[in-house]
Amino acid sequence: MEYLQFLIIIILSPLVNGIIKKLKANMQGRVGPGILQPYFDLTRLFKKDMVVSHVTSWVSRLTPYIVFSSTVAATMVVPVVSNNVAFSTMADLIAIVYILGLGRFFMALGGLDAGTAFGGEGSSREVTVAVLVEPMMMLALFTPAISAGSTNLLKVSGQEVALYTPSHLLAFSAFLVAIIAETGRIPVDNPDTHLELTMIHEGMLLEYSGRYLALMEWAHYIKQMLLFTLAVDIFFPAGITSSGDPLSIVISTGIYLLKVLFMAFLMATIESTRAKMRFFQLPSLLGGAFVLALLSLLSYVMMGR
Amino acid sequence: MVSEIFLYTGIVFFFSASLLSLLKRLNPLVYILSLAGSLCLAIVALYLLFAGPQLADITLKLSSIFEFSFGGDALSGLFILIISILVFSVSIYSIGYTRGMEKKGLMGLLFNLFVLSMYGVVLSRNIITFLILWETMSIVSYFLVTFERDDKSAKAGLVYAVMTHIGTAFIIVLFLLLYSYSKSTDFSDMKAMASNIPQDVKNIVFIFSIIGFGTKAGIVPIHTWLPRAHPAAPSNISSLMSGVMIKTGIYGFLRVGMDILGNGPEWWGITILIIGAISSVLGVMYALMEHDMKRLLAYHSVENIGIILLGLGASLMFKSNGLYTLSAIALIAGLYHTMNHAVFKGLLFLGAGSVMHATHTKNMEDMGGLIKSMPYTGLFFLVGSVSICALPPFNGFVSEWLTYQSLLLGFKNPSIAAKIISPLGGAALALTGALAAACFVKAFGISFLGMPRSSHAQDAEEASPPMISGMAILGFLCLVLGIFPGTVSNIIAPVSFIITGSYGMPSYSGFIFVNENSAGLSPQFLLITMVIMAIAVLVFIYTVGGKRKITIADSWDCGIPSLTPRMQYSATAFTKPIRMIFKRIYLPRRDLSVSYIVKPFFVKSIRYSGEITPFFERYLYEPGVNLIHRIAVKVRLLQSGSLQLYLGYILITLILLLVFGS
Repeated sequence: MEYLQFLIIIILSPLVNGIIKKLKANMQGRVGPGILQPYFDLTRLFKKDMVVSHVTSWVSRLTPYIVFSSTVAATMVVPVVSNNVAFSTMADLIAIVYILGLGRFFMALGGLDAGTAFGGEGSSREVTVAVLVEPMMMLALFTPAISAGSTNLLKVSGQEVALYTPSHLLAFSAFLVAIIAETGRIPVDNPDTHLELTMIHEGMLLEYSGRYLALMEWAHYIKQMLLFTLAVDIFFPAGITSSGDPLSIVISTGIYLLKVLFMAFLMATIESTRAKMRFFQLPSLLGGAFVLALLSLLSYVMMGR
Repeated sequence: MVSEIFLYTGIVFFFSASLLSLLKRLNPLVYILSLAGSLCLAIVALYLLFAGPQLADITLKLSSIFEFSFGGDALSGLFILIISILVFSVSIYSIGYTRGMEKKGLMGLLFNLFVLSMYGVVLSRNIITFLILWETMSIVSYFLVTFERDDKSAKAGLVYAVMTHIGTAFIIVLFLLLYSYSKSTDFSDMKAMASNIPQDVKNIVFIFSIIGFGTKAGIVPIHTWLPRAHPAAPSNISSLMSGVMIKTGIYGFLRVGMDILGNGPEWWGITILIIGAISSVLGVMYALMEHDMKRLLAYHSVENIGIILLGLGASLMFKSNGLYTLSAIALIAGLYHTMNHAVFKGLLFLGAGSVMHATHTKNMEDMGGLIKSMPYTGLFFLVGSVSICALPPFNGFVSEWLTYQSLLLGFKNPSIAAKIISPLGGAALALTGALAAACFVKAFGISFLGMPRSSHAQDAEEASPPMISGMAILGFLCLVLGIFPGTVSNIIAPVSFIITGSYGMPSYSGFIFVNENSAGLSPQFLLITMVIMAIAVLVFIYTVGGKRKITIADSWDCGIPSLTPRMQYSATAFTKPIRMIFKRIYLPRRDLSVSYIVKPFFVKSIRYSGEITPFFERYLYEPGVNLIHRIAVKVRLLQSGSLQLYLGYILITLILLLVFGS
């Protein structure tokens, strides 16, 4: 039963995105679409006909499946509400980052496949952001991993320390920036725009339509919720149950959803209160986050916590 | 006994192949013989790795010092296995690749001698044999670098010859130092006597081994020959050079720095780790700015040697602190990556060779859309790209994951320096990984996807079947080495045992598990899950959406009719953001000259040229070369060309010798 906990992420991830959109709209004084809107969008896209460019090859037809299945594979090893994960020995932080990297690699190739300037632009910017984010994200994950003595997520989430040690606090701040960059949110990317000059993620998807687009969007929602889950697993692990009885699972599901809501609120607040940065100012933001991650490591080495 | 028979048979195969190559009509037979030879040697390798009794030393005594001695242990065995894997596939590839080549006889001869000398290097058991074969390997590869007779190859060959001999000089000195203490040229005697060597001398030997073998391996900053020489050689040879020849540098370092010298202080490991981090990051950064496909791949060799050294450095660090199991794990990480790099870099160079064969260009800016005309080459190049970017479930992922684990385990070292430097090595590895992904999105995306950018790319034709099979074998191995990590680490474990005295970690065929920090990895699981998920989502789509029409249309062109290939993103444009962000490293320079008909409204023409500063060439090598030139000019004063003067020199020398010699 607990082995199916990854379905929570797959099913609820569009909802989380809907909630973030709604919160953002409310903060900006708009009514905004309903929180179920992403589901309607996905269903509509699944039922649409597709237009495929004659320039494209099998790479862009394979990409949606690779992106989706790799993202789902990453969720399968993450403890969501219970410590009984199907493949507990595979629940590895570094592996998860690289599995997500596989999706990004193919997405970037998909951007180049149609031979348009927008796709190339999107891919080029995406890989550049990845270059800046990945070392920082890894370093931010190293501190909790080192303090747990393992990169296994179950070990990391099993430790009693949480946000109140300086090293974890610093690592959490860095990881938050990483989440913003990875999910394509302001100030790194703007998820709501299709303006050619600013888009990163959307640029790569420009040639996709119908069910391919639906898969890519859904995978993106899943990735977002997966990153939220990783953050709460690592930095606020309290509440994950290890027993199998239904009551404790219900309780821990409730706690988990509250934590994810908190993350969604955090994202919406950051997006509503910040302006998008110019692309070439990103190194200062992401470099700053790298320094935070580094300080987190140093603080753990020097102070032992 | 059986292993010796295979060894001799293999050698006979290679020698007969080199002789037969002189008869040009038998060209395919030459490579079939070298293929058979590589199979024999692969069997020898498995004997060396797994059979208890090792290959008995075969000696050929010419005088008391001058004797040839061959033999092997697990370490040699692993490298023979790696060489054999690559020689096997490259031989098949060469059957197709050398068809229609001028001078194919010479190619066959050099190819086989090159392979034999590499095998010889890793099988050498004493200084003399090692040095002679090391030189043979360098010289044969020099002829292969200058195989295409043009100025560029000649220049590349010169740089290669000079640098490799500087490296050899260091190797000779370090062997002489070792010899002065062991009084024996034999490696096993040297190892036995290593404890008598004072620490200072050991340090010098260690540093010399970094420089000497590092030149061959291509570590920064002594890598500069590598991006020149590898692209200059024919592609089947580049594949061998990048795949295995530079690994003989790693072998030499392992043999001297880790096997013969034994335990060293912690800073040895830290030094190697830092060199590894710098090589990997700078290697991939320069690769990213290359649009010449083979130079790009050559720079990636620098990067991957860096990653291998990250593992070896961690291993040395653990070893000096007495953490032998951890040391074994880190060593396995490094050796695993050595093997993986041979396979995927071999594959990528073969792919690049096929592309060049079909398009007659190395410049990516002239390619595009090749996946349509060369589907198999495209597929295998993609497999190689995914592997080199360390993405699951292919092989690069496993070894990089193990390297991460060993770097994180570095926290178990007692010293603060090790505790801080090893996770930073991990961050460098992450940066390298992301940059490599960027680079191969560019390399594959620009050359194989989109629209053809030139008529060459337009008219490209798929490579011949032997070439495709050569690539297919390596592509398949990329997957196999990725999804059976336990089997591979079992193959490597005997090597880690002779160097660190520990087998490292328990392993099962599809699964590796590091006990020390209970981290596990099973790419097999991942592959299966992904396939199941892809099928599940396919079923889901058809249940929700039903069958839908697919319209084939043009790419989105903003309403302007007909996109042309020139409107696509180019490789230069693709890497521009990275060039801007890391401008402190690249020091980019650009010239823009605009000529007007009526200033400033009507532009007649715009010329744009941009380049990045080749930092090491300009600020490290050029001053050195200039200095040597200046000295040479001074020395020329002695060289007047007059015979009388020269006789005078001889007379003076003779008198001086008589005066001081007595």
